[in-house]
Amino acid sequence: MKRPTQKNAELARRVSRRAFVIGGLQLAVMGGLVVRMRTMQVEQAEDFRLLAEENRINIRLIPPSRGLVYDREGLTLAQNEQNYRIVMVREDAGDVDDVLNRLVKLVKLTPENLDRAREELRKRSPFVPVTIAERLAWDDIARVSANAPALPGVTAEVGLSRSYPNGSYYAHVLGYVGPVSDFDLSRLDDQDPLLQIPRFQIGKTGVEAKLEKPLRGKAGTKQIEVNAVGRVMRELSREESTTGANIQLSIDTPLQAYVQARLDGESASAVVIDCENGDLHAIGSAPTFDPNLFVRGISVPDWQALNENKFRPLAAKSVQGTYPPGSTFKMVTALTALEDGQVTFDETVKCTGHKEVADVRFHCWKRSGHGNVNLRKSLKESCDVYYYDLALRVGIDKISEMAKRLGIGVRHDVPMSAVARGLAPNKAWKQEVRGRDWRIGDTVNASIGQGDVLASPLQLAVMTARIATGKSVEPRLIKSVDGVPTPERGGEDLGLNENNLREIRSAMFAVCNERGGTAYASRINAREFKLAGKTGTSQVRRITAEERARGVTKNEDLPWERRDHALYVCYAPADNPKYAVSVIVEHGGGGSKAAAPIARDIMLQALYGGTPPLEAYPSAARSQAARTQRQTATFDPFRSPLDDTTETEGDDA
Amino acid sequence: MSYLDYSVATAPSGFRKILFLSWPIILLVCSVCGVGFMMLYSVAGGSVDPWVDTQVRRFGLGMAVMFVVAMAPIWFWRNVSGVAYLGSLILLVAVEFFGDLQMGAQRWIDLGFIRLQPSELTKITVVMLLAAYYDWLPADRTSRPLWVILPVILILIPVSMVLRQPDLGTSLLILMGGGAVMFLAGVHWAYFVSVITAGVGLIVAIFQSRGTSWQLIQDYQFRRIDTFIDPSQDPLGAGYHITQAKIALGSGGWTGRGYMQGTQSRLNFLPEKHTDFIFTTLAEEFGFIGAFSLLALYALIIIFCIASGLRNPDRFSALLTYGIAVTFFLFFAVNMSMVMGLAPVVGVPLPLVSYGGSSMLVLLGAFGLMQSAHVHRPR
Repeated sequence: MKRPTQKNAELARRVSRRAFVIGGLQLAVMGGLVVRMRTMQVEQAEDFRLLAEENRINIRLIPPSRGLVYDREGLTLAQNEQNYRIVMVREDAGDVDDVLNRLVKLVKLTPENLDRAREELRKRSPFVPVTIAERLAWDDIARVSANAPALPGVTAEVGLSRSYPNGSYYAHVLGYVGPVSDFDLSRLDDQDPLLQIPRFQIGKTGVEAKLEKPLRGKAGTKQIEVNAVGRVMRELSREESTTGANIQLSIDTPLQAYVQARLDGESASAVVIDCENGDLHAIGSAPTFDPNLFVRGISVPDWQALNENKFRPLAAKSVQGTYPPGSTFKMVTALTALEDGQVTFDETVKCTGHKEVADVRFHCWKRSGHGNVNLRKSLKESCDVYYYDLALRVGIDKISEMAKRLGIGVRHDVPMSAVARGLAPNKAWKQEVRGRDWRIGDTVNASIGQGDVLASPLQLAVMTARIATGKSVEPRLIKSVDGVPTPERGGEDLGLNENNLREIRSAMFAVCNERGGTAYASRINAREFKLAGKTGTSQVRRITAEERARGVTKNEDLPWERRDHALYVCYAPADNPKYAVSVIVEHGGGGSKAAAPIARDIMLQALYGGTPPLEAYPSAARSQAARTQRQTATFDPFRSPLDDTTETEGDDA
Repeated sequence: MSYLDYSVATAPSGFRKILFLSWPIILLVCSVCGVGFMMLYSVAGGSVDPWVDTQVRRFGLGMAVMFVVAMAPIWFWRNVSGVAYLGSLILLVAVEFFGDLQMGAQRWIDLGFIRLQPSELTKITVVMLLAAYYDWLPADRTSRPLWVILPVILILIPVSMVLRQPDLGTSLLILMGGGAVMFLAGVHWAYFVSVITAGVGLIVAIFQSRGTSWQLIQDYQFRRIDTFIDPSQDPLGAGYHITQAKIALGSGGWTGRGYMQGTQSRLNFLPEKHTDFIFTTLAEEFGFIGAFSLLALYALIIIFCIASGLRNPDRFSALLTYGIAVTFFLFFAVNMSMVMGLAPVVGVPLPLVSYGGSSMLVLLGAFGLMQSAHVHRPR
C-alpha cells in the first residue's frame, strides 16, 4: 500500500466521484436501451411480427388450366397439351457436366439448349429446378425416367401448353396465346396476379385475347414457408385453382377448313353467316398461318416470312380489312331510293355510258351504256348510271343511314381482334373528319360503293343476310361460354317495306340466274338451292381521262396491288334464305370472275354440309369444279404461303 | 514503483485467494456465457455443432486464464502493463503482415492453437497501461498539457493501427475505453469538452470528405452510415442486415416466439446471426423479457465492478477495474445499439455471448485482472 498522504486521499475521492459519473452515464445508456427495446418489442411488436411473417411466408400461385375452345359440333380447336420437359436441380446433380453428358446420350439436345441450360444452372440458386429441354416426346421422357439412377437431380415433369390442332383454319378467329409482356401489362388494366408469373401465357389476338378473362380461369394459391435464400421449407396451406371456362364457337370446322382451302393462293376473305340467327359458320382469311408457331416462340425467319408477305397473312381480313364495297353497295342505294319513294320498280333511267354531274363526267363500267334501265336490270347488269341518278335524288345522308341499318359502318360485336367499323359516309362525317364540305360528286361515287364507302367482308355478309331476311341479323361467333349459351341478338324487323325488299331480292336472283346477269356463270343448278347475289368490282386506283380515252388498262396488265378488288355477296336458297356469304378477293379483278365462283363453291359446301355433287354446278362449270374439289381436298394448311403459286401450278399439270 | 508500495502482508496468499474472489461477478459472467451457449445452440438449429462445442472449449480455456490471471498479484500486472502494451502493438503490426483477410478486413493472426484478434487484446492493454501511467504520475501533473498529450498518443497509436485494418468498431472502443480511464484518473473536464467538440468537427469533416480524393473512411463505411440513417433506402442491399435485425427483434414481442422458434433466425433472414447479431435472435425468441434479463445481467456485472473499484484504495487497481467495466459496457452497449438501429453497424460482438474466441478469451482475461485487483486490494 502506498503511504497514505493528503494528496492520495483527495485523489481517491476524485476517482470515486468520477466513477459515479461514469457509472451513472452507463446506467443512463442502459436505460435508453431498455426504452428502445420496449418501443420495438412491445409497442411496435405487431408491425414487426407482420414483417417477419411476410418474410417467411411466400404465396405461390397455382396457375389454372386455360379453358378449351370447341367448334359448333364440339370439335376441339384449342387445347392444353401436356408438355413434357426435363428439369434439373444443381445441388442434387453433383457434377453438372457429367450428368448433362449422360443426358445428351438419351435425349436430343441442341448445343444452344445445353449452353442455355448450363448458364441457367450456374446463375440460379442450387436448389432451383432449371428447365433443360421442353416439348419432348414421350419416348424421351420414358428413357430419362428409366435411367433416373444414373441422372441425379434430373426429373421429368409435365406442364400444360396451348396447342391448336386445327391451327391454320382458325389462326385469325382464335388468335393465339403467348407469354405476357411488359407491353401487355401496360395495356391491360388487369390486376390478376397471374400476369406477374414470368412467361404466363395470355391471349394475344382473336378470341383468345377478347375472351381472355373467362378462358384464363382463377389462380389457386399455396402458402409456403421459405428461408432467406428462397428455399421452400414446407407448404402451409393450399387452395386449388379454377379452370377457365370452355368456349364453343359458332364456326363449323369442315366448312371453315373448306373456306380456307378454297381461298388458298389468293389474298382473300370470306364470311358465311346464318341468315336466321346470325351464327357465323365460317370466317376465312387467306393466306393464313400456324398459330402454334407463336405459342412456341416464333423464329426470326418464320416471322419475317409472315411479316413481309405482301398478302399479309397475319391480318384477319374478314373483320379488319375494309374495302370499297363497289357494286355490292347498290342494294343499299336502291333500297334507300325505294323506301324514300324516289323511284318505282318500273321507272327507267337512260344509261348512255356516263353521266355529267356538276361538270364532271361519271362513267358507267360499260362504255356503250345500258340503254333504258329499270331497277331489276340495273342490279342484274350492274349499271352505274342508274345509281348515280338515284343517289342524286335521295342524297347521301339517307344512303348512309340505310347502310348503317344494313350493317355497314357499324362495328359488329364479334370477339376478334381489331374489328373494323367500316364507313358509311355522310355530310357531317366529311365536315368533321376531312373538314370539307360534302360535294355532289362524293354522293355519286358513294352510290356505287366507291369513294369513301368502306365495308369489311363481315359487314357485307351481315348486309346480305339482312336484305335476305328483312331482319336485323346480328353476327354471333360465340355459341356458349362454360356451357351457357350466349343469347341470340337481333332478329327484329328492320322496318323496311317488304315489297321493296322482294323487288331487290328478285333482282339479286336475276343476277345469278338469268342470262345476262353478272354472276350467271356462277349460278347453282340445284333447284332447291338457287342463289341470289350481287357482284362487285371496286377500283383501288383512279382512272384518268387520258387512260379512259386510250382504253382502260385491263386488270391482268396491272401490277397486283393496283388491280381491282373482286367482291361478291349472295344468299341461298333464294326462296328461303339459310346462309349469306360474302367474298372479297384482294386485287382479284372483276367480282363476277374472281369472287363469285368462290362464293358459289362455299355456299354449296355449306348447303350440302360437305362436298356437293357436280350436278349442282352448271354444266359448263363442272370440269373446273371437279378440279377445284380435288385441289381443296389435298389442301395442306401448314404449307408456307410463299410456296402457293408453284404448288397450284403443279396440281394443274 | 515496485511491489514494495503494496502491503503484501495484508493480501491473502496461496489458494486462500480463491475465497477472496468476487464470486458474484464470476457467477454473472458464467450466466451470460450460458445464455451465449443457449443462443448458439438455437441459431445452429438445435445443434452443438458447429458453434457451441467450440465456444464451450474456449470458455473453459478462458476461465482457466481468468483464474490464473486472478491468482497473480496485481502489482505484477501493474509492472508488466508496459510490456503488455508493447506486445499488443507488435501483434497489431504482425497482423498487418501475416494476418488473415476476412470480409475485407485484416484482423486475425493465426497462432496455431488459436486465431487471435490483436485488436481485442489491445482494448485491455491500453486500459492497463493508462491505469499504470496514472498510478505513476504525480497527481498535480494529471491535467498538465504535456502529461495529457502523452496518454493521448499512447491511445492513438493502437487506435490508428486498428483503424487501418480497417475496423472502425474496435478502434472506437479502444478510444473510448482509453478516454474513460483518463476521465476517471481526474484529467480536467475542459479537455474532454474540447475533444468532444473536435470529434464532432471531425465527423463533419468525414462527411465533407465524401467523394473527394482525401476521403477519410472507406466507401463501405459510408454506406453503413447511410443505411444506418435510413435503412429503408436499400432494404435488399446494404440496409438488409439492419432491417432484418430490427424485424427479428421487434417481432419477439413481450415473451418472444419461443426457444428455437424464431423464424427470422431459423430461416436465415438474420445476417451474422451467431456473431454480431446474436442479440436479435435472443430478443426474437425470448422477447422483451429475455432481452431485458440479459441487459440486467450485464448491468449487474458493471455494478459489481464499480462497487469493487470503490472499495479499492489502490489507484492502479481502481482505475483498471473501472476501465475494464467501461470497456465491457462499451461492448454490449454498442452492439445492442447497433442491432436496434441506434448506431451504425460497426462490427462489435455481444460480449461473452457472440461466437468468437478472441473476445471471449480477452474478456475473461480482463475479468481475471479485475479479480486480481479485487483479491489483492489493500485492506
